[in-house]
Amino acid sequence: MIIKLETKSLREAYGLCLVELGKRNKDVVALEADLGKSTRTVLFKEAFPERFFEMGIAEQNMASTATGFALTGKMPFVNSFAVFATGRAFDQIRNSICIPKLKVRICGSSCGLSDFGDGKTHQSVEDMAIMRALPNMTVLSPVDAVETVMMMEALVEVDGPVYIRINRNDLPIVTPENEPYKIGKTWELRKGKDAVVYATGYMVKKALDAAEELAREGIDVKVLNVSTIKPLDTKTIIAHAKGMKGIVTAEEHTIMGGLGSAVAEALRKESHAPIEFVGIKDTFGTSAKAYEEILEAYGLTAKAIADAVRSTVGK
Amino acid sequence: MQAEKVVELKKTALRLRFNVLEMIGVGKAGHLGGSSSLAEITAVLYFHKMRVNPKNPKDPNRDRFLLSKGHAVLIQYAALAELGYFPREELKKVKTLEGLLQGHPDMKTPGIEAVTGSLGQGLSIATGMSLALRLDKNPARVHVIMGDGELSEGQLWEAAMAAVNFKVDNLVGIVDRNRIQATGPVVEVFNTGDIPAKWKAFGWNVIEIDGHDIPQISAALDEAETIKGRPTVIIANTVKGKGFSFAENTAAYHNAALTEELYKQAQEELRKQMSELESAGKVRGNI
Repeated sequence: MIIKLETKSLREAYGLCLVELGKRNKDVVALEADLGKSTRTVLFKEAFPERFFEMGIAEQNMASTATGFALTGKMPFVNSFAVFATGRAFDQIRNSICIPKLKVRICGSSCGLSDFGDGKTHQSVEDMAIMRALPNMTVLSPVDAVETVMMMEALVEVDGPVYIRINRNDLPIVTPENEPYKIGKTWELRKGKDAVVYATGYMVKKALDAAEELAREGIDVKVLNVSTIKPLDTKTIIAHAKGMKGIVTAEEHTIMGGLGSAVAEALRKESHAPIEFVGIKDTFGTSAKAYEEILEAYGLTAKAIADAVRSTVGK
Repeated sequence: MQAEKVVELKKTALRLRFNVLEMIGVGKAGHLGGSSSLAEITAVLYFHKMRVNPKNPKDPNRDRFLLSKGHAVLIQYAALAELGYFPREELKKVKTLEGLLQGHPDMKTPGIEAVTGSLGQGLSIATGMSLALRLDKNPARVHVIMGDGELSEGQLWEAAMAAVNFKVDNLVGIVDRNRIQATGPVVEVFNTGDIPAKWKAFGWNVIEIDGHDIPQISAALDEAETIKGRPTVIIANTVKGKGFSFAENTAAYHNAALTEELYKQAQEELRKQMSELESAGKVRGNI
């Protein structure tokens, strides 16, 4: 671990790691679009004011400016909310960053429904789908603060653009701290022989809770944290589906084009059990009073995952 | 600038037009209009002002040349081929599966600095390069060429604000103001208004020139180097399709194929301009 972690906040962990990366490499620069207090790039700004670039509320220019930095020997980190970082600047990311495979790191903060109060314009339901569709892009979705730190250390080595989606809220730690990590790793957090849940982000914890509930009914569920959405570790995904009576994917993201689609694509040539997707069902977000409340409203719960497992295993 | 140098650069601009014509050939669509409006500017930058190193295209100390209006890349290929960045034979293979040269700037081509072509992005990329060079205390300069039709892209104005906010002075924007966009005159299709006034309002140092006048282009670039604390934009008044009588001041040859007859006519027109320059050079030489 490149920093000593005393927080359960993914965005705080991200901001602290960015500072640490800045200490280790003078070519690290950060670009921000007036959301630095939320994305936590304010920490980098305090530490390295000369390498922090406040780009104003102009995400397209921010992405292409990062392109210029990357073409001139720097390692830029582009920061905004996930919905703006990916959607507002999609063409810039596609053409100027992904085509030439530049080492630009894009942080999509307040991903999924995690910015529960701000509603549909600020919540990203499709960021992984659109970033995954881009050739050369790596797509990361950390499960907790510990894995965020591991990823930040590892992603500097990726030869090409990286998109990392960061949840706004404190989340329970599920990652074992002392295990080795590399980009592409699929974490087997719970063993099981009846069904497998491939989950990402906060849905991993929900899947672990679902597995506890199902264990009491005699259904033995394996839970995997799939945090590298692209390139997907297809071999491992296939191996974990072998012999299972049910397969479920769970993500805080639309069921179209995200983890569920990626897993289904990976299994397409294999003989496999029925698959059910737990995710946002082709709709936008909404404002809510609390994070758990909005997750409940969108069926992103341990109960929904348990129901999906029951339906796929035929119980 | 010495008269001999001016004639030499005029000849270079004509050679670039010959190369563009060779790439377009007969029966293949190509961006003749917006490439030939840039011939003199490209000649002055690559063959007079910029420090470039064709043997080491990635030399960190090189000056940068970016086409935000990426569709005019034929004029850049014309210059890069003359300078030896890649074999001349590639010119004939432009925009083919077998060839190196893509329809818009691509980084697999030596000497191309960025992927552009989706319009409106070049000034932002150039600003990022300027900021990175400044962090490294590298004196290299960045030049980015935009179209006047392209100025309807909002991102250019985001970048125009950013460059002034960051006080970059190693950055030169050049607006190829040929007054014609893909489907017609800029004032009719989508009027981008009083272009010099807009750049002034955004805080840029603005120089307006005749974009086909070699000494004016050179003097504007010299002046830009003396301006500190803010970027300079050169508004270059040009003629779309310059040098080809049938293509001047019309949208018809923004991206069009030439017939055998027109191709021969174009060659003939360029040859005539070249021989006029050569005889003018001889006269000057005798004085």
